This record gives sequence, structure tokens and C-alpha cells, in this order.
Amino acid sequence: MTHTTDALVRLTAAEMAAKLRAGDITSVELTQAHLDRIAAVDDTINAFLHVAADEALETAAAVDTTRAAGGAAAESLHPLAGVPIAIKDLIVTKGQPTTAGSKMLQGWMSPYDATVVEKVRAARMPILGKTNLDEFAMGSSTEHSAYGPTRNPWDITRIPGGSGGGSAAAVAAFEAPLALGTDTGGSIRQPGAVTGTVGTKPTYGGVSRYGAIAMASSLDQIGPVARTVEDAALLHEVIAGHDKKDSTSLPETEYPEGEVPAFSAAASTKTAKGLRIGVIKQLQGEGYQSGVLARFHEALDQLQGAGAEIVEVDCPSFDYALGAYYLIMPSEASSNLARYDGVRYGTRVLPEEGPLTIERVMGSTRAAGFGEEVKRRIILGTYALSAGYYDAYYGSAQKIRTLIQQDFAAAFEQADVLISPTSPTVAFPLGEKLDDPLAMYLNDVATIPANLAGIPGISVPGGLSDGLPVGIQFLAPAKQDARVYHAAGALEQLLNDTYDAPLWAQIPALEEVAR
Amino acid sequence: MNTTTQAAMDAVEPLSFDEALEAFEPVMGFEVHVELNTATKMFSSAPNAFGDEPNTNVNEVDLGMPGTLPAVNGKAVESAIKLGLALNCSIAEHCRFARKQYFYPDTPKNWQTSQYDEPIAFDGHLDVELDDGEIFRVDIERAHMEEDAGKLTHAGTSGRIQGADYSLVDYNRAGVPLIEIVTKPITGAGKRAPEIARAYVSAIRDIVKGLDISDARMERGNVRCDANVSLMRRGAEVFGTRSETKNVNSMRAVEHAVTYEIRRHAGILSAGGSIVQETRHWKEDTRTTSSGRPKSDADDYRYFPEPDLVPIVTTTEWVEALRAELPEPPAQRRRRLREAWGYSEAEFRDVIAAGLLDEIEETVGQGASPAVARKWWMGEISRLANARGVDPAALGVEPVTIVELNRLIEGGTVNDKIARQVLEHHVDGEGAPADIVRNRGLEVVSDDGALTAAVEKAMAENPDVVEKVKGGKLKAIGALIGPVMKETRGQADAGKVKEIVLQTLGMDS
Repeated sequence: MTHTTDALVRLTAAEMAAKLRAGDITSVELTQAHLDRIAAVDDTINAFLHVAADEALETAAAVDTTRAAGGAAAESLHPLAGVPIAIKDLIVTKGQPTTAGSKMLQGWMSPYDATVVEKVRAARMPILGKTNLDEFAMGSSTEHSAYGPTRNPWDITRIPGGSGGGSAAAVAAFEAPLALGTDTGGSIRQPGAVTGTVGTKPTYGGVSRYGAIAMASSLDQIGPVARTVEDAALLHEVIAGHDKKDSTSLPETEYPEGEVPAFSAAASTKTAKGLRIGVIKQLQGEGYQSGVLARFHEALDQLQGAGAEIVEVDCPSFDYALGAYYLIMPSEASSNLARYDGVRYGTRVLPEEGPLTIERVMGSTRAAGFGEEVKRRIILGTYALSAGYYDAYYGSAQKIRTLIQQDFAAAFEQADVLISPTSPTVAFPLGEKLDDPLAMYLNDVATIPANLAGIPGISVPGGLSDGLPVGIQFLAPAKQDARVYHAAGALEQLLNDTYDAPLWAQIPALEEVAR
Repeated sequence: MNTTTQAAMDAVEPLSFDEALEAFEPVMGFEVHVELNTATKMFSSAPNAFGDEPNTNVNEVDLGMPGTLPAVNGKAVESAIKLGLALNCSIAEHCRFARKQYFYPDTPKNWQTSQYDEPIAFDGHLDVELDDGEIFRVDIERAHMEEDAGKLTHAGTSGRIQGADYSLVDYNRAGVPLIEIVTKPITGAGKRAPEIARAYVSAIRDIVKGLDISDARMERGNVRCDANVSLMRRGAEVFGTRSETKNVNSMRAVEHAVTYEIRRHAGILSAGGSIVQETRHWKEDTRTTSSGRPKSDADDYRYFPEPDLVPIVTTTEWVEALRAELPEPPAQRRRRLREAWGYSEAEFRDVIAAGLLDEIEETVGQGASPAVARKWWMGEISRLANARGVDPAALGVEPVTIVELNRLIEGGTVNDKIARQVLEHHVDGEGAPADIVRNRGLEVVSDDGALTAAVEKAMAENPDVVEKVKGGKLKAIGALIGPVMKETRGQADAGKVKEIVLQTLGMDS
């Protein structure tokens, strides 16, 4: 049985896994199909900073051999074994370069694998390569990458969101069925929203951060990127769990069930019946595009029609979330990025003139190695942590963080999950907000509260506005990630029924665009 | 203060110590860093070991590689709690680490993970025993956990980073667990300030050694002291400006550094100058200090709580379990042992100075008398060790060997002199004492036939001596012992020789 590349790459990860298990396709075929797809479209999309064709095919061939041999080894293969994946280039990989989208780490090879990469390798998923991002994950458009912007497969003149625009665009452009992202203030969910894909930010501590290059330690979280809710849940199950190398990762005993819950089972429920859904008063209205709000209200109507109970919840502290975020995040980032000084690894730039003192080499390295947005945040954070300002800035921001957690706690008294648009706008044209940092920061107004509170969130497609995807966000209490899969799975099913196909079936055929 | 004034101040002649103390009251404060002897580092699984090839005991965490995270060494936390308890501190129920941020190439992340406003132990005291037995109480402000930095070696004439041709960095030490013990200001020390300084550092060293949480070897930097000194005029109520002399890393140096700084401050203050708040470098060769960098209280390290680590929570059960493991406090133990062994104060002080308390205690525990144990450790073992340039404790002599040797002497198998030879052979790896004696044929010649023949030969060769003995000068027998020893290759028992001479002359009774 032969498959066209196009048909193979348009399967969901769950379908690919089923076909691999059934012996309908091999992992080498599947992996090669994605490599072909990357070769065909990535010059246009620029989702990948590095493609690891040999390594991916090697992993695929080994999986095929194991499966062909049958017996216990074949039986014990992970359900996703042989299904390829792309990794955001903020997550370190042995044997493949990791740049964090920065000139600072150009050519740097990590001596170790991130814990999530170890888990992906243990599941024997071929790693296709590393995806583009805003430098050190700082941005909402992937335009701050030192290696050029990624383009949105829906409209290549528009941004794919950020910072994880590369992972989202790769999945939307059928270059990979699955990808890993990181979400500090919305870097998985907002790209998911504007590319019509699914992205989850797990509970803080739900997935080990070991090997994710830190932007803001108390906010960063690795999560899955996929085209369907079920696929995201399956990948989430691969990467979740406690890691002794990450002190902030949750022990399994912290979960109500005493183990990481079965997210894919929750995703497969596909019913909104009886679900109490809280609409956050503060995350709608002013600043949200009318097309976004239209899709949002349709989603509410559909959920209600399917038996969900819709309530409005008030989270007054959310008005201060963006302000608090833009103090905590840069403060931690200014510290986390101090290590990039040209002394031990990565780029080293010598001053053009004058003595070669350590301070001057560090200074010229950082001046040349970091881009504008990174410098902006380092300066902001350094200022906020300075003696005499700490209490007013970092200290106050931490208090707001507590208030936001309290708002969420109260809201979850009334609702099982909360709902909002993921992003206030659809994908905007490349370059539109590049010179207006504040406008750029506002993209994350709806996603940031979840990071500040450490709770899980998901973005799921909610239809189109002027031909561009709109994302709907569900939030749940900490350690209740299963609930966001349950709610998102239900909404996904309702929309598939409405449109008679997944939204991503409408993504333009990029080969033609490219030619 | 500009550099000209600084130079002028440095040129002021220090007062004599006595003159200084007449006009001023010294105030001291110490920050002692103790390197722990845990198997692994404070926040990584890399080995914590001294003296290996540079940059071999490191992993990605120690090098501050992108994406790495710290994980607290539980053993180091237990060490910190034990030390806190031994210093009579309160143990925090809940404490955190913080990032102390500064750019320097020995610090791979460009911050040091330390404890800032939430130390694990605080508000303690240590009773320090001075040379004359007087007890001086030093109040402890806090003891907190942190990580060590890497080691920089500056190539070039200055030996400092300024003006170096290049600098090398070894990260083996980066991340080694440290506990920093900070005293409250020490007042009322007066003339005894230098002595108190030495006794305090010595007491800290004894405690960490007793707790077995550090190798406590000052020459390796396991225990490092920063000494703060300020003076206030007699009768004044406000502390003067302090200087902080860094890395004063022997007990004697601590005493000298405090002495010198008191004299230096007094010289400047008496000449109408003022003290610059700064760090000072200790110069062992001249026993003086030199100006380091100015240090203001406004140094901005942009501390903030380490977000990559969760707070440490100490339960009462945990702390009490650790308290139950604490050994007897060193000062108390010393008092107990001295009384039990009946050593004179001088003898006991020598034992302490030689660092042989543990060895002697164990030797006594194995059955030797305290006098015998002291004789061997302070005598032949120390002499052998000295000749070989090692510590007596490091010579490889087990307490049980001493007991065996002594048993051979008491059983008459060997005499003292032979026993000392046996010890040397033992140190050279020839096995157990009894085996050495057998293999080398070193038993004392006690069969009367061989010995009598040797004695008779000696008497025949020394008739004048024999005459003297006959005449009642029994001491003259000593002159016969030499030849007998020669004849028997030293294996004769001197008492026995004397006995045979008298028997032969019919003088025994």
C-alpha cells in the first residue's frame, strides 16, 4: 500500500500511531514524508532552524526493526513510537545544535539532553529537528529570532505567534505532527491560537524544566503542540512527571490520583454536558477584535447548547497581571541570562579596541550577542531588582501574583474550567508591532494570568475570522490538566461537527505558495 | 576618599599593640566559610573532591550550561543543621536560597546561590576556651548555606586579575557546599582580641571536624576566615569604621591579622585620619595587610529568592533526630579526656597541637595506658612522620599496632630500642609487629647460654671495669652493656646483663 506524502502528513498523530501499529506504514516512510514536506515548504515557512534528517531516519528505522521483529519488544513499544516530533530550539538536545534563537548560542552543542528530550527518545519518537522562536523565547511573533521570522502557514505575510511560532507553524504546515514548546506568558497557546493548532501549558511543575533554557524560572513550562486535542494529550503524557533534576517539578503523589492522570482519556470524552464553564469578565471586550469576540461567543453558545453551564466569574486583579508579569519575567530573565558572557561557551566577541579585560569582553559579547528585545528585558529586570527598587517592583509584583491566585481560586469555586479568547487578535502582519513593544506585549494579556498562577491552560481552534484562526483558551486549577483536555476536546468536536472537518483542513496548500 | 589620601593613610606608622589598646577598644567580627565533605556538590551530582585535574569534577550544572537547574544536596542541609545546633542556633522551620548576582568568571552562572535573608540557622553562641582556661562567649548571628566559586589562577607578575597576562579558571571547586558562619560584633575582648580570634577559629575547626562535616584542613581552604576589625575610642558608644581582611587561612594568621589591623587602625586614628571601609589582603610574609577594593554597604548584588529551588522545610522530628546524632562538644571532650588520662596541661596542649587527640583516644580504647599511648604518638611516631614530612596521623600507624608493640615490650620479646625499629619497619610496609620481629630475628636474647657467653667475653676484655664493679661501683656495669649489645646485635636485655655480671662475680644476693 502506498501513501502520498500529502496524505501521510495530514494524518493526526493518533492516526499515524495506529497505522504504524497496524503495519500499514513504517516509521521510515512517515518520517521521510515529513522530511520531504519540510524540504518542500520550509524555505517559505522558516519553522526549522535545524533539520536532523539522518538522526530521525535512524530512530525511525530502529523502531521499524523492533516492530517487524515482533514479540515482547514490539509489544512494549510506546504508543507514539515512530511518530516524528519537532523540538523548540529553546530545549537542549545532545547531538543537535541549540541556539535559543540567539546569536549568543550560534554553533553551541549541548553536552546533555533535556529531560523531556530523554523522554521523547525513550518513547522512540524520531526528532525531526529544532524549531524557530523569538530569541530566548522573548516575543509574541517569532520576529525576534536572530535567524529570521517564521511565517504563518495560513497567510505567509503574517506572524505565527510567539515565542513558539516555529513549533506551531511546523505543526500547522504539516511539517511535523507534534512539537514541543515552552510557555512563559503564552508562548505555546498564543501561537496555537493564531495558527489554528492546539497548544497546552501544563500545570507549573507538571513537566520537568531541566534542559529548557530558562527565561523566567517561576513561569516557564514545557508543553505539547499538536493539531488535535487528543494528540496534545498523548504528547503531554509522554513528557509529564516528576524529575529529581527539577526541584520545582511535582511529585506524582501531588496529583489527586497519586499518578499523572490520563490526559488522552479526558480528551476523548468529547462532551460538554454538565461542565461548569466560567467566563472571565476581565478577558473579553475592550482590546479584543470583534471577529475574535464573535467566534468566542459562538463557542460559548455551542458549549451551552451541548449541555455546559456558563457562568461569569470576576477576576479583578487580572487588570494588573500584565504589569506584574512585565516585572517578574524580566527580573528573572535578567538573572537567567547573566551566564551568557562568552567565558565558557557560545559566542565570544572581543572589543574592537582597547584593553582585553574580562569586563570588556563580557560587555562586547553581550552587546553583540543579544538582540534588542532581550536587552530591553535584561535592562528592565536589572532595574527592577536593584537595591531600593526591589520592594516597589519585584516585591509588589509578587503580591499581585498572590492576588491573581486568589482570584482564580474564587473563580474555580464557581466553575470547573474557565474560558476566554486565547489572544485578543488574529495573526497580524509581519513587522506591524515590531517597533511597538507595548502593543506586542498586549498579545499575551489573556494567557499571562495562568503563568502567574501556575495553572494549566490550553488553546484550541475556535473558527476563523477573515480567514484567519481564532483561538479559545480553557484554564483549570493546578494539577487538573485533565479538565482542560476534557473541555477543549468537547469544543473541538462541536466545531468539527459544525465545519464538517477540522479547521486545519483549510490551511492553504503551501507548495503552490512556495512556487 | 581619593587615592592620594588612601596612600597617605597606608603610609601612617602603626601604633604598638599596647599603645593601641590604651586608647581604643577593638570590635571584631568573623565570617568563617566551611567547605563540607559531602560526596557531591551543593546543587549537582558532580564529585566534591580536592586536588584533581582542573575541570574534571564538573557537570553541566556546575558549568552553568543553558537549561540546567540546581537540586539541593540533602546531606549538606543536614550538615548545616548539625552545625547550627552545635553553635547553639535556632534552626529555621522554613528557609530559602537566593541569588547573589555579580559578574565574575569564577562564578559560572554569574550569580552565587546563597542564603540571604532566610539563613537555615541563626541566633547562636559559642563558648571559646582561651589558653588560660577562661571562657569567652562569641555570639553567632547566623550560619547559612551557599556554594563555593571556581578557582582563578592569574598568570603574570601581579598574581591578581588586574594586569594579568591571562587567567585560568578551574571549576572543580564551583558548587562545593559551604556554610558561612557570621558572628555578631565581638566587644569587650580588649587585649585578648587576637587570642580570642585564634581561639574562635580554632573552636569552629574543632566543631566541624568533630561533626565530621568537613575535612577542616585550613591549608586546603576547607576553613577560611574573613576578619573584620574596627576600633572605637575608649568610652565611645558607636563602632568605628571596619576593615575586612579576607582569606586569613591559618589560626596563627588570624591572630596576627587582628593584631596588625588593630595597630594599623590605631595609627591612622591617632594621626587624625579616618579608616576606609574596604577589604584588605593578608600578607603572610610580612604579617601585614594591604588595601583591597573599597567595599560599601551599598554593594548591589540584586538578591532575589532563587526561583529554581523550593523552600527547605525542617520538621521538628528531623532536627531532633540530627540533634541526637551530635557528638560531645570538643571543649567538653577535651576536659573529660585530660582528666581521665592525667596528662599535665603542657602535655595535653602538645597533644592538641599535634592533632593526635583522636589517635591517642583510640589507642587507649584499644587497651594501651594513656602514658604509653602518648609516649608512642608524641615520640617515635611524630619523629618518623616529621622525618618523612607528613602528619603523624597520616603515617598509617593504627592504634592497634601500638598496643601490639607495647605487648611485645611488656612480654620481654623486644626492648624499647628494637620496638622503635619494628615500628619503622611497620611503617615501611613489613606487616604486623610480631611478624617483623620473627622475620627479622629481632627477639631479645634471653637464653642465658648465649647471653652469658657474651657477658663473659665482655668481662674478659674489660678487666678494669670488672675490678671497679668488684670494688662496689655497680654503675660501672653500664660500661659492659655496650660490648654485650654489640655482640648480640642489640637484642640483649640490659637488666639481664646486669644480673649475669653480678652472678658471675658472686655478688648477687
